[in-house]
Amino acid sequence: MVIHDEPTPGEMLPILTGHSSAGRLERVLRAGHFAVTAELAPPDSANPHDVYTRAELFDGHVDAMNATDGSGANCHMSSVGICALLTRIGYAPIMQVSCRDKNRIAIQGDVLGAAAMGVSNILCLTGDGVQAGDHPQAKPVFDLDCMSLLETVRGMRDKAQFLSGRKISDPPKVFLGAASNPFAPPLDFRPHRLAKKIAAGAQFIQTNYCFDVPRFKEFMARSRDLGLLEKVFILPGVGPMASARTANWIRNNVPGIYIPDSIIERLAGAKDQKKEGQQLCVELIQELSEIEGVSGIHVMAYRQEESVAEIIKSSGVLQGRVPWYPGRDQKLLQERARL
Amino acid sequence: MYSVRRWAVRHAGGLDKFYQGFETLLVKLHPLWEKIGYQRLERPVAKIEQLCKGLLFDCKMCGQCALSETGMSCSMNCPKNLRNGPCGGVRQNGNCEVKEEMRCVWVEAWDGNRKMQTGERILAVQLPVDFSKKGSSSWLSRVRDVQQQAVTESTAEHSSGKQ
Repeated sequence: MVIHDEPTPGEMLPILTGHSSAGRLERVLRAGHFAVTAELAPPDSANPHDVYTRAELFDGHVDAMNATDGSGANCHMSSVGICALLTRIGYAPIMQVSCRDKNRIAIQGDVLGAAAMGVSNILCLTGDGVQAGDHPQAKPVFDLDCMSLLETVRGMRDKAQFLSGRKISDPPKVFLGAASNPFAPPLDFRPHRLAKKIAAGAQFIQTNYCFDVPRFKEFMARSRDLGLLEKVFILPGVGPMASARTANWIRNNVPGIYIPDSIIERLAGAKDQKKEGQQLCVELIQELSEIEGVSGIHVMAYRQEESVAEIIKSSGVLQGRVPWYPGRDQKLLQERARL
Repeated sequence: MYSVRRWAVRHAGGLDKFYQGFETLLVKLHPLWEKIGYQRLERPVAKIEQLCKGLLFDCKMCGQCALSETGMSCSMNCPKNLRNGPCGGVRQNGNCEVKEEMRCVWVEAWDGNRKMQTGERILAVQLPVDFSKKGSSSWLSRVRDVQQQAVTESTAEHSSGKQ
């Protein structure tokens, strides 16, 4: 899909009727295309080029990239900082906001600042506990939870007011996202929790790593029974595992990730485990994309970001569509001229 | 105490019924509370509330009790203070992501909720916690809310009756 009114960097697209944001992700999803998002590895540096080189890896293959907010409770460049750099050259980031490190005053300020910089997508998360990361001594904040955060940002956008009721003169026009983990107990509560998130304002959902397709199908079926699938865009999470050992480590050490034994056995039995992990990821994307209510895919290729483009290409889910990236249109014109 | 707290969840149905009766009584006694003065009552009542609910639920005295919405499992015992359901970090055995040896407060809540007649209340979205209410009595606050609501409703009826 070519969006004809693509922006010059720093300039916003017009907001279409029925849309909440000016963002490309919302446009792609509402137009009924299969969307692809990916997680950008946040650098442990103050060098802007570290962000740009990591973003470039996804060029032409993703509609939006997640700027994580201290994911796994590890310290990295902030999501606001990453978003500032990305929007500067026209990229469409999904700014993750976690409730772990900031209270409602800081978060609402960040939302305004981010929207002013051109951030159109905000993903509201509770955040991993501090025990999971490299600063277990830190004070956990958790002033809001993901649900009240969703409500707060929706209130800022739709009612043009802060949580305190004070007016906002120009509200942040953002597309609101939330996470969901269909694989953590209590399993029968999960679809209801999704319903709560939608009631609180979630418009799109990115899930945790999805390795257990039958369990995901069950979750989607229950969500359909609750009438949720028409109300929200769901992007299941996937990612290549580098080896059986990595998968096992992640399963045991990263909160909320469920990897069935069969997956680990398949990886362990392969000659080239890394390749097998990527192949498995491609297969999962294809399988998930067939499920009713799945509107896209979210790729978290931890430490394998360079493989994302190839994985998306092999899966064929973009069906020839080339998502925007800086310089895309000139490149397409040049290619056409050469032919 | 952890074991008592888990007992409370197992008996969520009975406790909920008891509380409904208790709340009705508290509301009925509003004229008495008003005579004594809510401000004067605040400290002793908060103390009693803390003792009872502390023993039964490990209550953290957030001052805006949600036990009826959380299957009698106090959500302020969640290390992330989640008021709206379990996070994605719950372990496969149903234990907490942060405190490995503790059963997830929300896994408990979901169990307790099933034992309550008013079980659909767990599905309502809870507002952000008002931390300025910490330490105050949510019983007294509830009575005043119910009273206030009754007053608003009766004035609304009154004014609509005039038209």
